[in-house]
Amino acid sequence: MDKSKPYPGSPVEARGQTATGRVITVTSGKGGVGKTTLTANLGVALAALGKKVVTIDADIGLRNLDIIMGLENRIVYDLIDVIEGRCKLRQAMVKHKQYQSLYLLPAAQTRDKTALKPVQMIRLAEALKKEFDFILIDSPAGIERGFQNAIAAADEVLIVTNPEISSVRDADRVIGIIEAKSKNIPAHLVLNRIKPEMIKRGEMLSADDVMEILAIKIIGIIPEDETVLIAGNTGNPGTAAKASIEFNNIARRLNGEPIPFPSYDDHPGFFQRLIRMFNNNP
Amino acid sequence: MTDKIAIKGIREGILATLTPHQAWLPLVDDLTQYIDQRGTFFRGARLVVDVSERAVDVENLTALKNALASRQVELVAVLSQNEITSSAAHELQLFTRLSEIPLPVRETRYPEHDDEMLVEDEDEDLEEDEEDVLPPMDSEEYGTVGVLVKRTLRSGRTIRSNGHVVVVGDVNNGAEIVATGDIIVWGKLRGIVHAGANGDENAIVCALDLAPTQLRIASHIAVPPDEDRKRKPNPEMAQVKNGQIEAVPWLSS
Repeated sequence: MDKSKPYPGSPVEARGQTATGRVITVTSGKGGVGKTTLTANLGVALAALGKKVVTIDADIGLRNLDIIMGLENRIVYDLIDVIEGRCKLRQAMVKHKQYQSLYLLPAAQTRDKTALKPVQMIRLAEALKKEFDFILIDSPAGIERGFQNAIAAADEVLIVTNPEISSVRDADRVIGIIEAKSKNIPAHLVLNRIKPEMIKRGEMLSADDVMEILAIKIIGIIPEDETVLIAGNTGNPGTAAKASIEFNNIARRLNGEPIPFPSYDDHPGFFQRLIRMFNNNP
Repeated sequence: MTDKIAIKGIREGILATLTPHQAWLPLVDDLTQYIDQRGTFFRGARLVVDVSERAVDVENLTALKNALASRQVELVAVLSQNEITSSAAHELQLFTRLSEIPLPVRETRYPEHDDEMLVEDEDEDLEEDEEDVLPPMDSEEYGTVGVLVKRTLRSGRTIRSNGHVVVVGDVNNGAEIVATGDIIVWGKLRGIVHAGANGDENAIVCALDLAPTQLRIASHIAVPPDEDRKRKPNPEMAQVKNGQIEAVPWLSS
């Protein structure tokens, strides 16, 4: 596993004269692995880096991103209102309380996934690309219409998985679908909620284990952190103790900075490390 | 087409009925000519030939089989009421009844993969200029039906083949391969595989790291023993021996 290389395609090299934003979809297949939390925290972290960011909640009918971002009570219009022409795009976008360059485009709560078509999502993203550096799309769980909507416009994909077999399996399925759709969409892995203690005892899949199965590049390893829950309930992303450091690191890697990965793996003795070195060389 | 040869599509493939009222060799010429005229229509087809009461010996039947094979048409069965023809067909391991022919297995495609080919390589390496040089030892000389998949099969992907399947890449947990022939995986095999799906007990499954969720050969089912996750992978071959599936080190043989 190569942890030293920077994330490719920093905005500086990827964007020439015609400044267009990057559409990044956060997806996982399985529910409850931390897609929405990652989207909200990445939004805040990228805004803190001075980027113009909009987060889109593609989970029509089960909206959550607004809660995690603490913007629930500021919503007037939503994504479907925009699509169906009841308001202008600008009117539906909710500005973040703290960061002036961060916006949320909320989902409709009273509708379902069929209210949106992939092609409408692409058009929406094209419009937002002109104005924002990052368009983060929070995908619903599953591989059905909602997921298809969420990845339709994606330039890049972040696959969120937990270090457990079932979420890795679902991630594998989702990567397969995205690859079949287009081979050119870079997919990166975010391994969420790891418990270093359990990995040391050999009771939890390590980053290397997960990467061996999924065979895609990793962009973030986030430790389990109880304060993420508190931050989510109070609508204050970016304030978790341990995890926020890693959310910030992912944002900086997305931005093209070569941030090294902290090691959460077991700490083998010198001899094992030597053996591992030999074994790992391809 | 003509009054000498009747062509008809059937469940088992394509049925060619040859008139008993014409000499054999011109008739074979007519048939091959007809196939040639149709361009790629017959390529990869499974042909059943009905010769009714005509006696066709091994030599003539071999010549017909080779002539068809050189046009990438597989002769699968010869229907006849004649003893000589039937025994010649048996000698060449051809079927003599429609009911004996295994039906082609269809590929399963998922809607989201519609734009993508499952079959990447369709026996293009048949050597056309070598026809009629030597009678073939068996079908392998003319290439057997199979698919080559040059990528990792992720969860949810299914490959079905009426023939062999070769995967260059891994077969992940949740992926599935069903083949009437053998399955070779140049990578890690973690998913479900079924070789010899039409009942061929001689079918084998090989992988660089053989650790499937479940392995089936013909009607036998095996679940590999629980092993240490960190064990060192080594190439293995699974086959049916003494009525059960056995995995042995995959060595050159």
